Amino acid sequence: MRYVWRRLGHAVLVLLGVSFLTFLLAAAAPGRFGDELRLDPRISPETVEAMRVRYGVDDTVPGQYLRWLQSIARGEFGFSMAYNRPVGPLLWPRIRNTLLLTVPATLLSWLIALPLGTWSAARRGAWLDRLAAGATTTLLGIPELLVGLGLLLFAVRTGYLPAGGMTSLDFDELGRWQQVRDVLRHLVLPVAALTLVSLPILVRHVRASVGEVVHARFIQAARASGVPEPRLLVRHALRTAANPLISLFGLSVAGLLSASLVVETIMSWPGLGPLLLDAVAARDLHVVVAAVSCSTVLLVAGNLLADGLLYLADPRVRPERA
Amino acid sequence: MTSRPQPAGRNYHLALFALLVVYLAAVFAGFLAPYDPSTQSRDLAFVPPTGLHWMDTSGTIHLRPFVYEDGRSYPLRFFVRGAPYRVSRFINGDRHLFGVDAPAVLLLLGSDGFGRDQLSRLLYGAQISLFAGPLGAALSVALGLVLGGLAGFFGGWVDTIVMRAAELFLAVPWFYLLFAVRMALPLRIEPQEAFLMILTIVAVVGWARPARLIRGMVLSGRTRDYVVAARALGASDVHVLRRHVLPQASGIALTQAALLAPQYILAEATLSFFGLGVGEPVPSWGNMLAVVQRYDVLSSYWWMFLPGGALLAVFLLYYLLADALHERVAALPG
Repeated sequence: MRYVWRRLGHAVLVLLGVSFLTFLLAAAAPGRFGDELRLDPRISPETVEAMRVRYGVDDTVPGQYLRWLQSIARGEFGFSMAYNRPVGPLLWPRIRNTLLLTVPATLLSWLIALPLGTWSAARRGAWLDRLAAGATTTLLGIPELLVGLGLLLFAVRTGYLPAGGMTSLDFDELGRWQQVRDVLRHLVLPVAALTLVSLPILVRHVRASVGEVVHARFIQAARASGVPEPRLLVRHALRTAANPLISLFGLSVAGLLSASLVVETIMSWPGLGPLLLDAVAARDLHVVVAAVSCSTVLLVAGNLLADGLLYLADPRVRPERA
Repeated sequence: MTSRPQPAGRNYHLALFALLVVYLAAVFAGFLAPYDPSTQSRDLAFVPPTGLHWMDTSGTIHLRPFVYEDGRSYPLRFFVRGAPYRVSRFINGDRHLFGVDAPAVLLLLGSDGFGRDQLSRLLYGAQISLFAGPLGAALSVALGLVLGGLAGFFGGWVDTIVMRAAELFLAVPWFYLLFAVRMALPLRIEPQEAFLMILTIVAVVGWARPARLIRGMVLSGRTRDYVVAARALGASDVHVLRRHVLPQASGIALTQAALLAPQYILAEATLSFFGLGVGEPVPSWGNMLAVVQRYDVLSSYWWMFLPGGALLAVFLLYYLLADALHERVAALPG
């Protein structure tokens, strides 16, 4: 239990650090918070002044940062100049949408990578193994930008799948189940893109990790005592190889979130990625800080999950216990 | 673990040679490109690639290929005079490797929405896209070398600060960090400055990983017998760093740079693609590719995808190179 608390405490420190770092970057940006607001004729000077006081624009950077932290406690996460309202309500649906892409993509790519990698390792050198190796090497060299554009091209040329967006135009008139179906149809392309991006690395690592244990003595002993091959691979080899694979899970989340920014933006999926890009282009500083912090939260959560899994799977990592 | 013998040497040389050709093409873009990359001709928007013909309507085969314009044929000419250009600031010229006489136009890879020659833009764009990668990688590895070296060598609070900072930089998903750093710099920026800006951004974004590796290496190196011996003989910090630590670190630095270079080519392409990097009218593969975000372009003009193809080819070559390098390093004893 203490282990868990320590990891959590560490995660919170990292989050504070990252948000402060982003805040510093935002402060280094030319122009100041509220300058745009003043140009907007619909907003009275008093409102602008109140806003500037509320977010301490004339304060020092650490002071501004503290005020921003306070606004988190109110659920606001600062104020968006471009959307002209608190950042919090903007953030939640975006996070949900990003998770809607990344969670299925993670599951899907692991579901494919585990059997494929294990099987590849067991049949090392067979033509199918070579085919898989060739395919993963090629896929590894294709950046997410191009994977996304390629799939988009496919969608536009064939017309099978919607080219971008999250819902159809007539979404509001659809029934409940049709709405779910509509979103699912829109999900296919971005999830496929993310899976294609993360899959090759996973397959490679699974193949390497399982390949290392597949020739171990205890596997041979098990085989000699008549354990059937599939059970041998899954129960014995894969389990032993679990440790590096779980660590890889944390890393793969980082890659997936990164790729998701690009894929979301290309396919106009309303996730965190487009929010961040628009905010950078519009100099919407608090939104940038919030979006970057949120992406870090997701990443840290992924890592914590990996830590937890590792704790469950491998007794060796449990630190000094009574 | 059994390992298959790999023809690593051949791949390595192939990739190296191919990359060299691509980079040389970028350097001599002015000579190779038939046109100026930013000259517009509004009546030639989205013209498909010009067909080169060897056989005319009467069935005669010509040794010199030609193009049609208004029913007349114009032969392809070599070393023609055209738009003036410079090669790497020193050589001025106006001779292009090939071209056709006006009024014919030679658009081997088609034209973009402003009627600019795609091939010329691709070649000029390579100057930005291809060099941003390795230069950025060199910068961030250098930064990592200095910071990681300092942290590992001096330890104590220097080490703590540098390593905690590295941890923060590694805790943010890569592209998010890239755009966060981008925000700290002015939004509208001259294309010439944009290149430097991108180098700065990727250096800031990418220093953490090499710094960590270098630090670990320096830390373990500090307790090696020969370093202790050198110190006992009265060697100064600088001497130990230069003679004993740096040579060891250079291996790591090189592999890291090889790994980072394609990633930074992608960083430039992505920034420019989203309109936050190198801007018009200067071409880069990223901003050339940006037009395919328009639905009509995406569905109708396949040649607008060519910068993506070029990007893909360079990427695969880099990965081939990195793989081969990795195997070479792994094959070394020790």
